[in-house]
Amino acid sequence: MTNTTASLLYSKEHEWVLKLDESRVRVGISDYAQKELGDIVFVENPEVDDEVTANEFMGSIESVKAVSDLYSPVSGVIVRVNEELEDAPETINEQPYDAGWLVEVELSNPEELESLLNEEEYQAFVSEGAE
Amino acid sequence: MSTEAALKRTPLFEVYKDYGAKVIDFGGWELPVQFSSIIEEHEAVRNDAGLFDVSHMGEVLVEGKDAESYINYLITNDVTKIAVNKTQYTAMCYPDGGTIDDFLVYKLADEKYLLVVNAANIEKDYEWMEKHVKGDVTLNNISSETALLALQGPKAANILQKLTDLDLSEIAPFSFKQHINLDGIEDVLVSRTGYTGEDGFELYLANSDVKSLWKKLLQAGEEDGLKPCGLGARDTLRLEARLALYGQELTKDISPLEAGIGFAVKTNKESDFIGKSSLAKQKEEGLKRKLVGVEVTGRGIPRTGYKVFSEGEEEIGFITSGTRSPSLKKNLGLAMISTEHAKPDTPLKIEIRNKLIDAVVVKTPFYKKG
Repeated sequence: MTNTTASLLYSKEHEWVLKLDESRVRVGISDYAQKELGDIVFVENPEVDDEVTANEFMGSIESVKAVSDLYSPVSGVIVRVNEELEDAPETINEQPYDAGWLVEVELSNPEELESLLNEEEYQAFVSEGAE
Repeated sequence: MSTEAALKRTPLFEVYKDYGAKVIDFGGWELPVQFSSIIEEHEAVRNDAGLFDVSHMGEVLVEGKDAESYINYLITNDVTKIAVNKTQYTAMCYPDGGTIDDFLVYKLADEKYLLVVNAANIEKDYEWMEKHVKGDVTLNNISSETALLALQGPKAANILQKLTDLDLSEIAPFSFKQHINLDGIEDVLVSRTGYTGEDGFELYLANSDVKSLWKKLLQAGEEDGLKPCGLGARDTLRLEARLALYGQELTKDISPLEAGIGFAVKTNKESDFIGKSSLAKQKEEGLKRKLVGVEVTGRGIPRTGYKVFSEGEEEIGFITSGTRSPSLKKNLGLAMISTEHAKPDTPLKIEIRNKLIDAVVVKTPFYKKG
């Protein structure tokens, strides 16, 4: 299972969104985000059946040094959680776009995807922020 | 309009980027939090060696006929107990026993001492010291002209030995030698001290020489696995070794006795010192709260400021520092809690993001060098 990042959408909170089908997406954090965080040692994902709202808090991610909030890039219901991360949160550092995914969401409003950034726009957003 | 003051930099700032540093604002200083990864750097220090730039630390020279009695009036430890070329860890307190700072005192000569204080406290400490000058004493804040590297880890001595003819086995822990030549760099103070729980050295030298020494050490240590390390690893290392950090374990509201550094509080010493009667009273009456180690047994990492509860869910204190421990692979912290709950194996709860998570009091230090 290898995602080509070209097909991903991104939020300005540095989450990526992969469309699995018309109403379902997988969510993770970008390579830029995992590098900024450093060694990830703890993830608190939402649980299956939790409702999430675009741009609102859905969980936490901790590096050795700091706690960061996770914001859902989309609205909907959590249908799957990457439980492997509980014992191996470092997977996010190692494979942010593959085995390090966070959750899958059944979308309540698929049109929201249109407001996300594409790969090119996201890279531009990141390099602006890095100035 | 920005009112932000410019961040201070050490003389090594320009070389950080050559080693891949990620730089952050650390109490007004622009310092490297990590070079490669906090966990990798932490492990390098536990297994091999690590090199830290800690030039932001403050240095105050105290000279004069009355230097010893003056310092002894300022500090909680007893400086009369150390000989020339020895170092002592101490606290400096307010009259109420709250802590102004914790630092090392270096006895350079009979009437000459170097106090090495925390970067964030340099101005506060210096003002306090000036205010209490008594007798024939001269103070000199040499912080901005003094650089400091910490070479730490089981291979530190082996690496440093490559740069000097001085037999490093002659320098015992908490001892130092002055005016040492390290591979052509003159006048280095070589101290067998550190803040990681490992063997190691702290090297004081002039700003102008520090880039050169940094490079020489990294080169000499390459085959031994020496890595440049940032403040992130310094924090996880000191926490595992239960070394207090000013601002967290020690503050103006926390006495050195409460923070568990009673070994540096000599209420029986002959001379008076600031805070003596308050600290003596705390000892006599027994501490109402004390610093303990905690291990989270549920899911979560303790962090500074999180509230601590008893098993019966009564609030009993707070976390001063916490982390995922890279060496022990546990979620550990230090907590200031009421003494009745402070015995090892006492179950506790820590409030993490509005949930009470199970934890237990454990013995410290969490890590002791093998």
